[in-house]
Amino acid sequence: MSGSDPFLDGLIIRLRGVTKVYLRGDVEVPVLAALDLDVPAGEFLALMGPSGSGKSTILNLVSGIDYPTTGGVWVAGIDLGELSSSQLATFRSRHIGFIFQSYNLIPVLTAFQNVELPLLLTGLSRKERREHVLAALEIVSLVDRMEHFPRQLSGGQEQRVAIARAIVTDPTLLVADEPTGDLDATSAADVLGLLQRLHAEFGKTIVMVTHDPHAAERADRVLHLEKGILVESQRRADR
Amino acid sequence: MERFLPLIWRNAMRSKRRTVLTVSSIIVSLFLFATIRTVLTSFDASLETADAARLVTRRSTSLTFPLPLSYRDRLAQIPGVEAVTWSSWFGGVYIDERHFFMQLAVDPETYIPMYSEYVLEPKEIEDFQRERTACIVGEKLAAKYGFGHGDRITLQGTIYPGTWDFVVRGIARAPEGRDLDTNFMLLSWDYLNERIGNPGVVGIYTTKLSDPTRAGEVSRLIDATFANSAAETKTETEKAFQLGFITMLGNIRTVIFAIGTAIVIAIFLVSMNTMMMAARERTKEMAILKAIGFTDAAVLGLVLTESILIAITGGIVGTAFAKALFHFSDFTVGGFFPSFVVTWGTVARALGIALALGIISGAIPALNASRLRVVDAMRHTG
Repeated sequence: MSGSDPFLDGLIIRLRGVTKVYLRGDVEVPVLAALDLDVPAGEFLALMGPSGSGKSTILNLVSGIDYPTTGGVWVAGIDLGELSSSQLATFRSRHIGFIFQSYNLIPVLTAFQNVELPLLLTGLSRKERREHVLAALEIVSLVDRMEHFPRQLSGGQEQRVAIARAIVTDPTLLVADEPTGDLDATSAADVLGLLQRLHAEFGKTIVMVTHDPHAAERADRVLHLEKGILVESQRRADR
Repeated sequence: MERFLPLIWRNAMRSKRRTVLTVSSIIVSLFLFATIRTVLTSFDASLETADAARLVTRRSTSLTFPLPLSYRDRLAQIPGVEAVTWSSWFGGVYIDERHFFMQLAVDPETYIPMYSEYVLEPKEIEDFQRERTACIVGEKLAAKYGFGHGDRITLQGTIYPGTWDFVVRGIARAPEGRDLDTNFMLLSWDYLNERIGNPGVVGIYTTKLSDPTRAGEVSRLIDATFANSAAETKTETEKAFQLGFITMLGNIRTVIFAIGTAIVIAIFLVSMNTMMMAARERTKEMAILKAIGFTDAAVLGLVLTESILIAITGGIVGTAFAKALFHFSDFTVGGFFPSFVVTWGTVARALGIALALGIISGAIPALNASRLRVVDAMRHTG
């Protein structure tokens, strides 16, 4: 696993004047208000804030699964607003690794097959895919469980498989939405340790949404949001 | 696509019981389709022997009333008639009534040349014409009962009481490449006529036309010739006559088709509903696939392929079962059909229906999955 390539001015993510308004029936619900955000390559960023503050929306926007109402989103030097639905899918497969709160593994596939899923979209041969999957499972220390189905794994192990799936294509950016939200303290510490290792050892850029201050402590920078506005930014050195 | 097959297969087998039941319902519906269509194609095959150049003349009141033998010479003199032969339904019972097959008492001298499409050796024809108790059996009938030259066949008469013994002197074969009815037995009309006291009556006359395009005109001429006589006639082409036999059973084609179609559609709807439910249950998984980079088209392809896989599996098994069952059981609906064979055309149609079922039942969930917005499916607004 190598670190991501530097982009233009060293930023992986750039948000400019981003607003997001959801429609609930006829009612407009503003979630983000004129947000500017820069995330440099190799940063481990934590987003915190109460429910509805817009943190997951930021995650959705930078990962290309949602569009801003106004403003621009650039990730890895690509203006996501210019991409079609299918180009966004290709963008996600190349640049984004998702880690969800509830793991979201495919229950009928083994750990190996779950990790292999993103590689099916590449031109890699079966042998090459196997090598990549084993390397990813090695990082999360689950090679010995690769033939297990999700139901045969603990929550922590499932999340580690999900992390292996997220990193197997060596994406530019890892987005983690409450990755420890469903885990006990020990498993949560394992997963956070793993994320930190991916960041420190492999130079991965990580954006993590969390409610957990202990989880946020692992990040280089913590952004606090309230009602769609950035209210505070703390760097590790400041904490 | 090959790389996605394990995923498609695992999804299809996600709920084995449901998949097995869905495939089973498709098997049943396509088995029924193949069977029903074979009934219809067998009707059509029974008309295969009909020749446009042959007319059939019967009593106008009912087929069950005979015509006098004396009509033979008058028919031969009608302009446009090239040859005349006659036959009577014998209706004997072989072993018991379950072993039904058609027996016709015919005039050996004129009947065999009239039906020259059947293949017989000169020696067989000669023996049939010479011996009064000789008979000719079709090759399918011979194969079914193991009849060979010189074998004795004993029939119990129903229309003509008594025990009737015949000796097989010929086996009529269909020419290569033609699906002619060979489930029949021909016996001598002279022998029948003699044993029942020389009444000199026949069931039907068959006339061969010198010009088939004049069939309508000659038919009218024949019936006009015997108008106002004690035995008025009704003349029609051989095909119309055979169709008349079929319609005697009522509009059976329509009834069979309607009932069969209703059954097949009902089962299809159930299968479609099941497949659509299976896809709906996986909405979130579809969203995950899209989140990690599967395009709308790829997700559509996955759902559609799974649906087609299930439908085609059911189609292949159901159709193969029908083809094998009717082939190996020599099923002829108690001899009603000369042959009951699931044709390759029926197989192709059944597989086409299975494919259509797969596409139609997969299309809606596949389109829904492809249009799915990841954010909506994940229900995250944080």
